[in-house]
Amino acid sequence: MAATTLTLPPAKYSFGGDEFVFVEIDEAMSLEANFKAMTITSALRERGLDGVVDICPSNASYLIRVDPERLHPAELVDELRSLEASAKELTSDKALPTRVVDVPILYDDPWTRETLMRFRDRHQDPDATDLEYAARINGFEGVRQLIDALSGAPYMVTMLGFVPGLPFCYQLVPRDRQIEVPKYVRPRTDTPERAFGYGGAFAVVYPVRGAGGYQLFGMAPGPVFDLKQGLPDFADSIVFPRAGDIFRYRAIDMAEFEQVRGEVEAGTFRYRIREFEFKPGDFLADPDAVNSELLEVLYR
Amino acid sequence: MSEVIVHAGGLYTTVQDSGRNGYYELGMPPSGALDQFSCRAANLLAGNEEGAAALEATYIGPKLEFTDERLVAVTGADVPVSRNGEPVPTWQTLRVKAGDVLSFAMITGGARLYIAISGGVGVPEYLGSRSTYTLTGIGGFEGRKLADGDRLPLGEGGAEVREGSEVAEGLRPSFPEVAQLRTVDGLCSYRLTEAAKRSFLETTWKVTKDADRVGYRLRGGKLDFVEREQPFGAGSDPANVVDLGYPIGSIQVPGGDEPIVLLNDAVTGGGYVTIGTVISVDRDRIAQTKTGDQVSFVPVDIEEALAARRERRQRLDRIRTELRSK
Repeated sequence: MAATTLTLPPAKYSFGGDEFVFVEIDEAMSLEANFKAMTITSALRERGLDGVVDICPSNASYLIRVDPERLHPAELVDELRSLEASAKELTSDKALPTRVVDVPILYDDPWTRETLMRFRDRHQDPDATDLEYAARINGFEGVRQLIDALSGAPYMVTMLGFVPGLPFCYQLVPRDRQIEVPKYVRPRTDTPERAFGYGGAFAVVYPVRGAGGYQLFGMAPGPVFDLKQGLPDFADSIVFPRAGDIFRYRAIDMAEFEQVRGEVEAGTFRYRIREFEFKPGDFLADPDAVNSELLEVLYR
Repeated sequence: MSEVIVHAGGLYTTVQDSGRNGYYELGMPPSGALDQFSCRAANLLAGNEEGAAALEATYIGPKLEFTDERLVAVTGADVPVSRNGEPVPTWQTLRVKAGDVLSFAMITGGARLYIAISGGVGVPEYLGSRSTYTLTGIGGFEGRKLADGDRLPLGEGGAEVREGSEVAEGLRPSFPEVAQLRTVDGLCSYRLTEAAKRSFLETTWKVTKDADRVGYRLRGGKLDFVEREQPFGAGSDPANVVDLGYPIGSIQVPGGDEPIVLLNDAVTGGGYVTIGTVISVDRDRIAQTKTGDQVSFVPVDIEEALAARRERRQRLDRIRTELRSK
């Protein structure tokens, strides 16, 4: 059986006061670190321990909220250490049940362009748009090629948070193909709802309008947060993304954007979703093959 | 249904209870009363369950008219309270009848007062709680702070508590010149130099004007980071880490010179270095500090943090027992 040994440092455990346990898998972001966080947190979820209030897998770490009256935080740490010991190897039979989702994006849209132009004084390069800047510093010929790379390979939702429903997404490509951009020099005071942004090595969709520091690349016609739970995909939760989801940020044109907006407003919009057994070990062994399979499953 | 007429909303008055738990993993903080001890004590005095929905008012209280007979209690900050213009005590069970008006002068100590009404505030529950989370406009009264002219629904029921019952002075919070916040070291504190760790604990920090239910920004010192090549995905600033989850009460230090203590409406994660966590009991304390007040951080370990939690539990149990025995 194929097995990928994770060459990660031992995790660092600490108490976040009396109600949280924070575990840092690695200081650097990597898919290996995220897979390890996912493996441990999903095993913890299966245990169904009394006193565990929230299980929050994060990019290269995870955070557990605990009710210390029911579970001593030190006992939880013992439990987590034993789970870490059993997560050293990603054998090919270890699978994370995930959803592969088509998330349409209108790149270089008029709304985020209007917003980013208002905040040029807070940006590294006031004379370029965020896309032009990101294309240049990542060595792309132009914006077109950057968008091809952004929309080509899918991403994994490696963390949810900051505000309700915000997915941090890390592209499923080897590190030498990762796109990396700084955050704004000073955060903007405004970002449109559903803006598609990029900061560090993470893509996000802003669930609600508000402040933000990520580079602005486009706009999603579909929501990630729906307080009224009017759309079918939100029947069980006000938040669409789940940690471990795989999103493909497909480039669309204005006609499709408007069509999807119409469906959202009519309450009929549904994301294209396919169930998928994602095997991290297989992925690390041959990322391109798994990515082709993901897209094949999503659009067949 | 019986209601309270809000003649004046005050500065920032919201419906809060014991909090909305179990949604942190979606990025939704628990909200709930910042000073849990005071809010729970107010509920006990009004004959409610400890975790019932009450009002939390910051700096300036509301003006409320009742439309039926209720038990009411005001706790938390030191504040002159009057019923129909006549002064009435805080930390005591009061009785109001239809037409009675409760009003508040400026607070004289602390920062937040709690008003519990028998039957509890009867706004609809949202995800298991009546607490207001204003960022996304959920829970509480229409997801927002109270405004002049609102009519706040009340619940029914509650235990009978004798009018004039009170919480003994020794059980109430005090507001010292420097609020001591017990803190568990950890998270990414390895990013600070040894000198910065000492300086963090030795500094008396001042609460800035950026102090609300999301968090308190402090000023008063500068903390240096250990030099390193920034890890992949963290961002170029030495105060940046790969985005991670923030515990409630955690202290982050963007730029190294303005620590922020996150509170009950916390952003649940982000990319700034976190260096430790204020214990849950002392969120009650920081909640009673206001802009210009001083705080300092006192190191404790997990056992001391849990002992402080048990001690708060015992104080509340004593209040409950004493109210029953009368």
